[in-house]
Amino acid sequence: MLKRPHHVAFLAVLLGTVVLLNLPDRAAARAKLAVGSLFIPLFGVVGSAGTFVREAQGALSSRKSVAADTARLAAENRLLRLQLAQATAALAENDRLRQLLGWQRQLPWKSRAARVIARDPENWWRTLRIDAGSRDGLRNELPVLGPDGLIGRTGDVGLASAQVVLVGDPKCRVSVLIRETGENGIISALSTGVLDHRLVDLTHLPRHSLLKPGQTVITSGLGGVFPAGIPVGTVVDSRTVGYGLMTEARVKLGVDTARLNEVMVLVP
Amino acid sequence: MNIPRLIMLLALAFLGVFVEATWDLPRRVLGAQLDVLPALVVYAAVSTDLASLALLTAAAGLWLDSVSASPLGSSILPLFVTGLVLQRRRELLLREMTYAQIVLGLGATAAVTLLKLAVLLTLGEHPILGWESLWQLAVVVAGGAVLTPVVFASMDGLTRAFAYAPERGPAFRPDREMKRGRT
Repeated sequence: MLKRPHHVAFLAVLLGTVVLLNLPDRAAARAKLAVGSLFIPLFGVVGSAGTFVREAQGALSSRKSVAADTARLAAENRLLRLQLAQATAALAENDRLRQLLGWQRQLPWKSRAARVIARDPENWWRTLRIDAGSRDGLRNELPVLGPDGLIGRTGDVGLASAQVVLVGDPKCRVSVLIRETGENGIISALSTGVLDHRLVDLTHLPRHSLLKPGQTVITSGLGGVFPAGIPVGTVVDSRTVGYGLMTEARVKLGVDTARLNEVMVLVP
Repeated sequence: MNIPRLIMLLALAFLGVFVEATWDLPRRVLGAQLDVLPALVVYAAVSTDLASLALLTAAAGLWLDSVSASPLGSSILPLFVTGLVLQRRRELLLREMTYAQIVLGLGATAAVTLLKLAVLLTLGEHPILGWESLWQLAVVVAGGAVLTPVVFASMDGLTRAFAYAPERGPAFRPDREMKRGRT
């Protein structure tokens, strides 16, 4: 059926694909970042256009709405200052108690804001790309947060951009605990609800779990990537699996990543 | 090889991948992101030569993989194999008819998506799959079917605008020739 040129072309493409797919991990990541960097000027143009539109909208908003926003932000600022003072005092007390007990002092995390510049075009992955990279102090496996909690971790990091593997992707497993019951589990990819990107499975829960809908899920700090206490989501429902040996739950993530434009990367 | 046409195809593929990565509306509304590359491969398979098809699939596959979590190179073979099969049978394809373009886009998008999935599973990857993936496949395939005539119309328009005009035949017509002199 195939003529000779078709044979040659097919073999050439097959060979090239096999070589690319068998590159060492580090070389493959570098090649991927190099090819992906071709899009960075276009991402920059789109980002600048978005900023321009937002600024234009800001310039066109009425004095009345600006005054209302200012009043609301001032009230919020007062509340946040109060909470910051309380948190600083609690942190100092925590440090003192740790020192008394001889525990290692916890190093504070710094945060680095970044803008979402692209999302995975394929339907079977949950990743996005941000406009911060190694020149901003980022590296692999750093926690990434949205306004209401954890959204994922950094993947391949280039000079000016980085991949974020979102919670729910098979490559981002998070050790969590239920705040109300203290039970540990692992958040893995969702297997039943592909279309609802906010629903993920919580597995490896104990057999006689005391889960109830609405309970809060936070990071446990186990695994070494995510610090303890970051909100992840809330329990939706639970069921017994493995002939009654384990419990699984569905968790609704706190952050809607589909509408996310800015994220915070925690840098130790 | 028609260089201007190849450059336009590559430019459209590059822009297509960029739009897929930045424009999220189809995923929010329909639950799946659309893919323009199979439509471009259909056009390349029925309108260009083998070298152009190979170059397009290699470049487009690399660009798509570079902005996705798929391993680099995993999209090239599905795109190329689909294009190769279409090109081998292109004498039988009615490329001018919109209906044929829609059917070709439908089949090519389904083939590319399923072949890509087969490559990923062969490589030991764990893509997010479930029963609702069938809905996503239906959306992607329907999107490919709609996009294919659009790609054909765009590429034909661009080719007419930027490529050399086809050479006209001579104005001489023997039936209009004026015979001079005595006959």
